[in-house]
Amino acid sequence: MTVQDAAVPQTEVQDYRNNSLLFLTFRRLFRQRNAQVGMVILGFLVLVAIFAPALAPYDPDRSLIGIEPVEKRAGPCIHALGCPSDQPQHIMGVDGNVRDQYSRIIYGTRISLFIGFSTIGLAVVVGTLIGAVSGYVGGWVDNVIMRFMDVILAFPSFLLAIAIITVLGRGLQNALYAIAVVNIPVFARLVRSSVLSIKELEFVAASRSLGASPLRILFVRILPNAIPTLIVQATLSIGAAILEAAALSFLGLGAQPPLAEWGTMLGSERNQVFTSPHLVFFPGIAIMITVLAFNLLGDGFRDAMDPRLAQLTKR
Amino acid sequence: MTAKTKTKRSKAQTSGSHGKGKAPLLEVQNLKTYFYTDDGVLTAVDGVDFQVAEGEVFGLVGESGCGKSVTSLSIMRLVDPPGEIVDGRILLQGEDLLAKKLAEMTRVRGRQISMIFQQPKSSLNPVFTIAEQIIEVFKIHENISDEEAKASAIELLRRVGIPDPERKANAYPHELSGGQAQRVMIAMALALRPKLLIADEPTTALDATIQAQILDLMQDLRDATDTAVILITHDLGVIAELADRVAVMYAGKIVEESDTITLFDRPLHPYTQGLMGSIPVLGEAKERLEVIPGNVPSLINLKPGCRFASRCAARQEYGLEICERVEPDLIEMEAGHKVRCWLYQEYEGHTPPLRKGGGR
Amino acid sequence: MKKTTKRTPLVEVRELKKYYPVHGGLLKRQVAEVKAVDDVSFAIFPGETLGLVGESGCGKTTVSKAILRLEEASAGEVIFEGEDVLAAGGADLKRLRRDMQIVFQDPFSSLDPRLPVGESIAEALLVHGIGTPQERFERVLEVLRKVGLESYHAARYPHQFSGGQRQRIGIARALILDPKFIVLDEPVSALDVSIQAQVLNLLSDLQAELGLTYLFVAHNLAVVEHISHRVAVMYLGRIAEIAPRDNLFSKPLHPYTQALMSAVPKKHPADKKERIILSGDVPSPLNPPSGCRFHPRCPIARMGHCDVEEPQLRELEPEHWVACHYAEEFI
Repeated sequence: MTVQDAAVPQTEVQDYRNNSLLFLTFRRLFRQRNAQVGMVILGFLVLVAIFAPALAPYDPDRSLIGIEPVEKRAGPCIHALGCPSDQPQHIMGVDGNVRDQYSRIIYGTRISLFIGFSTIGLAVVVGTLIGAVSGYVGGWVDNVIMRFMDVILAFPSFLLAIAIITVLGRGLQNALYAIAVVNIPVFARLVRSSVLSIKELEFVAASRSLGASPLRILFVRILPNAIPTLIVQATLSIGAAILEAAALSFLGLGAQPPLAEWGTMLGSERNQVFTSPHLVFFPGIAIMITVLAFNLLGDGFRDAMDPRLAQLTKR
Repeated sequence: MTAKTKTKRSKAQTSGSHGKGKAPLLEVQNLKTYFYTDDGVLTAVDGVDFQVAEGEVFGLVGESGCGKSVTSLSIMRLVDPPGEIVDGRILLQGEDLLAKKLAEMTRVRGRQISMIFQQPKSSLNPVFTIAEQIIEVFKIHENISDEEAKASAIELLRRVGIPDPERKANAYPHELSGGQAQRVMIAMALALRPKLLIADEPTTALDATIQAQILDLMQDLRDATDTAVILITHDLGVIAELADRVAVMYAGKIVEESDTITLFDRPLHPYTQGLMGSIPVLGEAKERLEVIPGNVPSLINLKPGCRFASRCAARQEYGLEICERVEPDLIEMEAGHKVRCWLYQEYEGHTPPLRKGGGR
Repeated sequence: MKKTTKRTPLVEVRELKKYYPVHGGLLKRQVAEVKAVDDVSFAIFPGETLGLVGESGCGKTTVSKAILRLEEASAGEVIFEGEDVLAAGGADLKRLRRDMQIVFQDPFSSLDPRLPVGESIAEALLVHGIGTPQERFERVLEVLRKVGLESYHAARYPHQFSGGQRQRIGIARALILDPKFIVLDEPVSALDVSIQAQVLNLLSDLQAELGLTYLFVAHNLAVVEHISHRVAVMYLGRIAEIAPRDNLFSKPLHPYTQALMSAVPKKHPADKKERIILSGDVPSPLNPPSGCRFHPRCPIARMGHCDVEEPQLRELEPEHWVACHYAEEFI
């Protein structure tokens, strides 16, 4: 209590943008060990996704039968590690259709990141709108919307996703919709509770007493202040969404072969786990690292926005 | 009987003799508690010395950020990171609390030193009845049966003025009003007859008529027990009601210390004087209030010299330049009345304008 | 009250009521009402400060918010310059709001943490479509200087200010539309004493300079006495006593006002103070006592009368109104 009240030095004039709450949050974020690791991994994954064509030695979808002298499901061959140089190099081996697994993993990065951002992006937008209306309007509107969200939440999310795909039909696009839908209630509830608490703050009442319209108050005053909690949840949810998409694809409900999706790769080679372990090992590791990166970053965000930490630097 | 009118005895007047000759119960020496923040080291408590005698009510008064609460948390060793006690000694009956192991410290808390807080309702656990919570205090520290503990708990509740204590003992915290919750907190704090009670803003969150009740209760308890109290508050009125001696804190340092009556009669430090002038007094409405200009300085990257210098009217009046260079010491002006100000202290090349005779 | 004064009030509150429904049970049916404000009337005259004082839960904040339509009243009228604020809709309300502003208690939650304070202050101009960006900017700097801050402060964020400075910013925001009437809702109770004095003096200066009318809501009697011209004391949703400041504080006629005054801690440790200590707590407005709401705690209550009949405000001395059956005893 004593600490937070220590006044900020008022004399020096500095660039004020450097002192916005967002800036301070990011400054703390960059000092978090967890977040640093998460950001490095994520940055690496994004670069891989962008430069996939340059990094991948082979076309991920093209079979090498008749092009190269490799066996189906051949193990990794790395020249630097003593693989005879007359054999073609396949860092992670080739799969059951004689495609270069390394290239497929690299292209799979694109798909996984796309899945994560698009599903959660959709869920955030729809969930925010629903939650904002629900929290701000209140009354029976709130009651109806939130009971409906409760119903969605009451299903195990994975089963619900499967049910949605059963209706829409299998395929990556429908899997994305399904994952987005099961995530909507999470964000709707989060935004609603943020709106409910921010609505009671006095600066909102100040806006009302100035004559500002309800829409302006909701979108200009309240929602921007809910963004920090949204970022934390969204980051953590992206990791979970990638995992869900991989699981759906593993079951054959999401991305369909020959698309280089990690879950699909796992699923189509799952029977060879004892004979060709490299075909499940590498996609599994790729999924794990990506999800880990988002979780680390999400935890870092949460710590950076922790009000107790914030008090020490905020004022 | 719906209300009682009572004349307050004023123990404060006779309290000057308190603690003289005896060894102090608590002695805080050169306490420094710093907080390591992103922006730098915040010197929340920066070299605080004071003593509390047995049975005495020692007031610690100051505005937010002056370090009064951090001082009390330091005594309890409850400072959490990024805060850290970096220097000093805290002697309770001659034993240094800062040298104790954490397990030993746990036995000190509650048994020898206990604490009451500003928000009584959030200090009580909502899922247990108040009797259960008081009994728990007994059970942690003493080996007594449930029945004895329960009887003691009810007796305690009766002593702190809870009406119908047998029934109220089974109430949950949410069934209590703020004033009753503070009474329960006081009961819990006094359960083990601690030698020292730290009361951190005990009446600040309460309404005026309830504050009067609690002040009244604390006066009764002060007279009935030999527990010493460190009373932390921003309200000079509460100090006037309860404290025997008082220390005024500003920006992590004690700037003035004396017995309460002397402080109110002849405040020496310009900050104390300004503080007293800036409070509106009931029945003495005036056109304008005296004002201490400016704000409390940041405790990060402090400038050298007196921490109050930039806001000090007396410094300008007397044209003192030493204030911005050298920090004054806490010196004893007259018996028991200490002040930290260049108006009173000599230094090489500096003649204090008010060395003899006290206030302006 | 109209009888005793020839002045026309700027704001007149008539029989204001605010009941909060209490819902319970599975179907969330209304099971009870909290009568937070129950039939409150008073007038505020141009250029004066009316102090509204009482303990928590007495309804003083609800009254102040209802006047500005930050809370919708259940019944009653608020006449501002001849127009009923509570009945005004859309454009009329927006126009009225230019003249009626509020300063809040909590300097930490009353400013949007994401915005430089200059933008928070300018919002009112934006909402009402006043001026060009350049004019708005200059107007912001003008009010900042008026409340004792510097122009470079406009570009700073709320977290960079101390509590006192934030309260100045809150005042600047209230001033920017040149209002006639400002509700001050506990504006200094969250501030340190030395800062409190600065803000109180600033409020007095602004009132003298701009001819403002204040409704000053607070729980601290000494602060209210310092700043007010007239004072109303509230207890459990009703006005117990209302009078010019000096009359009220030199001769309080309601036993509750007397208890409130005697509860203020003494100013010097050597003072001997006769103190009326009220027993018990403030009863819940959910289930207020019958008759006079103060009777269970009142030292002079007469059973059979006070617990049956609710006292109305009576003018016992010029402009000194009190709601107590036995107030004559104190004259």
